[in-house]
Amino acid sequence: MIATIAGKELKAMFSAPLAWVVLTLLQLILSFGFLKRLDDFMQVQAQLMQTPNAPGVTELVVVPVYATCAIIMLFAVPLLAMRLIAEERRNQTMVLLMSAPLTMTEIVLGKFAGLMLFLLLIIGITTLMPLALLAGGRLDFGLLASVILGVALLAACFAAVALYASCLTAQPITAAIIAFSLLLGMLLTGETASDGLRERGWTVPAALAQVLSPLKNFEAFAKGTLDSYSIVCMLLLIIVFLILSVRRLDAVRLRG
Amino acid sequence: MTPATSEQPRLPHCMTVTTSEITVSAQGLSRRFGARTAVDGVTLELKRGEILGFLGPNGAGKTTTMQMLTGNLAPSAGSINVCGVDMLDAPLAAKAHVGYLPETPPLYRELTVIEYVDLAARLHRVAKSARGAAVAEALAGCGLTEVAKKLVGTLSKGYQQRVGIAQAIVHKPDVVILDEPTVGLDPNQIREIRNLIRELGREHSVILSTHILPEVESVCDRVVILHHGRTVFADTIEGLKKFHGGRILQVGLRNPPAPDVLASIAGVARVEADGANGFRISFAEQADPTDALVRRAVEESWGLYQLVPAQTSIEEVFVQLTRKDEVAA
Repeated sequence: MIATIAGKELKAMFSAPLAWVVLTLLQLILSFGFLKRLDDFMQVQAQLMQTPNAPGVTELVVVPVYATCAIIMLFAVPLLAMRLIAEERRNQTMVLLMSAPLTMTEIVLGKFAGLMLFLLLIIGITTLMPLALLAGGRLDFGLLASVILGVALLAACFAAVALYASCLTAQPITAAIIAFSLLLGMLLTGETASDGLRERGWTVPAALAQVLSPLKNFEAFAKGTLDSYSIVCMLLLIIVFLILSVRRLDAVRLRG
Repeated sequence: MTPATSEQPRLPHCMTVTTSEITVSAQGLSRRFGARTAVDGVTLELKRGEILGFLGPNGAGKTTTMQMLTGNLAPSAGSINVCGVDMLDAPLAAKAHVGYLPETPPLYRELTVIEYVDLAARLHRVAKSARGAAVAEALAGCGLTEVAKKLVGTLSKGYQQRVGIAQAIVHKPDVVILDEPTVGLDPNQIREIRNLIRELGREHSVILSTHILPEVESVCDRVVILHHGRTVFADTIEGLKKFHGGRILQVGLRNPPAPDVLASIAGVARVEADGANGFRISFAEQADPTDALVRRAVEESWGLYQLVPAQTSIEEVFVQLTRKDEVAA
């Protein structure tokens, strides 16, 4: 059932121009950044050879590509997710799902899975660029795997928050604005709060604030560290917002 | 209307039972939106093979009631039982027995007709092996086979309405609930949709909401009239016609006698003047004064030129019921 809804969402996404525009622009920006960094790397390669323990191509070229990808997703996910629930409510097609023998959890997970498949496609296409480097050299596959996992989890965090925003209103644009505000607000408060709290020695509030800061958690992955606390923080954020979405939709049924 | 079905056995599937069994039963259904009560204590029940007309002026609570019957909206009070399954206790099992076409058909414009109906079948958990046949049957039943490959968004409103109905029947539900299915259609399309609904009524129980009165007369077996969220009438179509209280003759006389003379004819209950020469004569059901009237007219040269049984339209009953309610309130 989740797969049916996810498939339907994916189909709807690709039958509208937004998905194609996002994919194209993302690819343009990422490939430009990638080539620029590769060019810079080639110029300093000789000097790096003489430095002991110097960073390699994966660290200097590949990881920044994913970092850019993460920033673009911060803007793209609210736009991609805005229609998930809000548009169905505006077009009154939500009734089809609500009348079918489906639980709210199935509906929410189906929608989330559909969006995640699209975001994984974005990450997959991004990964083609570093893989092209294999034609002329070697990559640090450990770091590559870590950064891909990190960006996938980050995308899932964004998707869960944006999905919740889409449950709050029947206007897709409003949903996008809410999602973007939530994400930006979370990043800023999470970032500053956790640093500030840690400086004062308040470790527990700092640790909690880190849950709200997916981009900070991503940093660990970008260094090639599989920090279990970061993983737990991100999973927690995803689960909390999915549960909030389910509850929100239940409330719609109750309150009308 | 008989009230409860609580003694009705709780059956997991309607399929196994005889034709007289009750498919939908709602008891004391109420819904409040803040301080406003949209539906107040509506009770209804429906047997297999029956078409129930749900009638009422705009804002009477028809759509709200239907949303509750289909599990789209939680009632503030009351219970809903579909094929022996409680909608509030086991919503998934209950919803599996229901097909719903809301006022605005929930169409995905970017899908083709066949893709859309297939999606509806999947969402209603039609087994993979049976899905192809079920979709084809629903398309054929709604006359959509020729447009199966077209995008839903490009179809005319009449066809979109049929796609909406196909979506509601693809999983062969025991109960089909249609909210104003003929609104905005042209007369030909209306006739086609009505025929389709009659077809549906043979195998399924159908609840049909409308504010078009002739539609109820032509399609439904039973009628529930709502007004301000309350049931003001619930009976068969015949019962509705009888409810009006006796029958009426429309009589035209060139040399009319005094109304008292007409009223004195055996069986006549009431005489109303209708213009200079016309009269509306009401009579009780068992005492038809037509023969006596004709005889007297000939004997006394009243110059009888018109004698028509006036149609008691549902319209009159409806106006009477809903107005009465307003006066009472």
